[in-house]
Amino acid sequence: MGRFIRSPKDVGTGLLLIALAAWFAWLGSDLPIGRAIRMGPGYFPLVLCGILAALGLIVLLTGLAFGGDAEADDEAQRIAVPWRGILLVTLSVVVFGLAVAPLGLGPAMGLAVFISSAASRRFSLPGGALMAIIMVAFAWAVFIKGLGLPLPMLGPWLGGY
Amino acid sequence: MEIFDHLALGFSVAFTFQNLFYCFIGVLLGTLIGVLPGLGPVPTIAMLLPITFGLPPVSALIMLAGIYYGAQYGGSTTAILINLPGESSSVVTAIDGYQMARQGRAGAALATAALGSFFAGSVATFLLAVFAPPLADIALKFGPPEYFSLMVLGLVASVSLASGSVIKALAMVVLGILLGLSGQDVYTGTPRFTFDIVELADGIEFVALAMGLFGLVEIIRNLEDEHTRTVMVQKVQGLMLSRDDIKRIIAPVLRGTVLGSFLGILPGGGAMLSSFASYSIEKRVSKDPRQFGKGAIEGVAGPESANNAGAQTSFIPMLTLGIPSNPVMALMIGALIIQGIVPGPNVVNEQPNLFWGIIASMWIGNFMLVVLNLPLIGIWVRLLTVPYHILFPLIIGFCCIGVYSVNNNVYDVYAMALFGVVGYLLVKLECEPAPLLLGFIIGPMLEEYLRRAMLISRGDPSVFVTRPLSAVMLGIAVLALAVVLLPSVRKKREEAFKE
Repeated sequence: MGRFIRSPKDVGTGLLLIALAAWFAWLGSDLPIGRAIRMGPGYFPLVLCGILAALGLIVLLTGLAFGGDAEADDEAQRIAVPWRGILLVTLSVVVFGLAVAPLGLGPAMGLAVFISSAASRRFSLPGGALMAIIMVAFAWAVFIKGLGLPLPMLGPWLGGY
Repeated sequence: MEIFDHLALGFSVAFTFQNLFYCFIGVLLGTLIGVLPGLGPVPTIAMLLPITFGLPPVSALIMLAGIYYGAQYGGSTTAILINLPGESSSVVTAIDGYQMARQGRAGAALATAALGSFFAGSVATFLLAVFAPPLADIALKFGPPEYFSLMVLGLVASVSLASGSVIKALAMVVLGILLGLSGQDVYTGTPRFTFDIVELADGIEFVALAMGLFGLVEIIRNLEDEHTRTVMVQKVQGLMLSRDDIKRIIAPVLRGTVLGSFLGILPGGGAMLSSFASYSIEKRVSKDPRQFGKGAIEGVAGPESANNAGAQTSFIPMLTLGIPSNPVMALMIGALIIQGIVPGPNVVNEQPNLFWGIIASMWIGNFMLVVLNLPLIGIWVRLLTVPYHILFPLIIGFCCIGVYSVNNNVYDVYAMALFGVVGYLLVKLECEPAPLLLGFIIGPMLEEYLRRAMLISRGDPSVFVTRPLSAVMLGIAVLALAVVLLPSVRKKREEAFKE
């Protein structure tokens, strides 16, 4: 890290906030703004984008070192990114979303539980499968039988309705 | 006395079989998640929101409220027995409670926590019954400018009382408001921030946001370092308090109750702040501060009373003004909106069954908790041995079905996944997701009141400072912000949170 950056975290946050403000402003750029007395749908969002960008700038500036107060940057205490956790947790949720309509609740739930259980270092195939089965049975008993949610256990691809 | 009529009405609502049942389920679930580390009240309530659709509003709110204060009880059990606070609000209980347990006084510590909480909960419930209706009457006189200023004050205060960087928290509030504005504009029907996806026309689903930011992020964080939890449970015996113990806990319980009741009303306050504040006060007024940290019963009695009182009174701004003081209350407002009830001062008068029913149920729920916690302690302890790698896939399963069942919309499921990743990134950048959720809930109301106020004032922004009530509230907000941003206060504040 360079001499001018005191806290990479703050600089990153500041840049992210400014980018988000710009993105929202761009998304709302074709919304009519109107005037203060009769605000259009674009008025308030634009004001918020301005505030967000300003706050982002403050965070960015506090992360830069002016003068000699450069602290030891926190590279040392940086923890490894838990890629496995992030990927598998996200994947399991997305797979549920993809599977729930065509395959039905049962298979979607089983897949989501099985995939997410692989995010743990103590994952084992039979263990994950067993949990998936238990959760599917539980979901059937509680959500379909107990609460009467109108969701098919098996979707159209598997002969359901 | 009018209040007794109201309370009688409340008890008649709460004492129906159905509501007693949901109250019981609520406190049971609350204790359960309080005991299980890594699962807090926010994701649990978010997960259960869809289930409450089918219930009448009173039963739904009774159950959700039970989860919140039940979690405060459960969290203290694990804090005392194994030095592992299940909830952030029981962090300080662990300091002296665990030491008491190591000295073979676990029973006394648990009894103190339960009785202190029960007493504080009862008093706070009574305060809620006394002060909420007049507050709602005042709020009824508010015009759009007052509401706008009140919401700004609420947001600013919740930011300045929270831990961490104030600027970042403010940025999270603004980001939350922006996300909250997605969907069709109320006045013109113009879609905003919907990416031309028809399913997003109603805006981002609140349940998806809450579950992603709190449920999934919490899981990913816990997966960062998966260490084996070795549970060394102290034997529990002697639940009875000695006469000397009772003498020592009376004053701390009273002080904790008063402090917690007050701090709970403040935006951003609630259970956690109350317990921290109570501990430092008890330490200061004690004749023998050296005992603290070595098993002082006062260090359990004060914070435990305070956190329960705070949990209870944080319902006051939610039920009377429609303003959430913490993420749990934001979820409660979400539950009310889902039920078709507009939170605000009208709830007290238009839905007396709901309002007084919830209040009465809190007292009943607190009583149930004492019964649940003291004799059944062995069962709760055994639950601690459930390993996390079995727990979290089940939580993910619940989140998926929960968020999908809200609208049967797969985009909500994808949104949850996205917010999980974004939320994790934000947490790593030391931006707390709680203010974002508050902003998301308040955002649409804030815009509406701003537009109405400007319409009334013919586009003149000075209306916010020329109306006295509004000016006072904005003044307090500016003051609060200025105070926490002063360098000297900032340092002290950081120290206080470290403690």
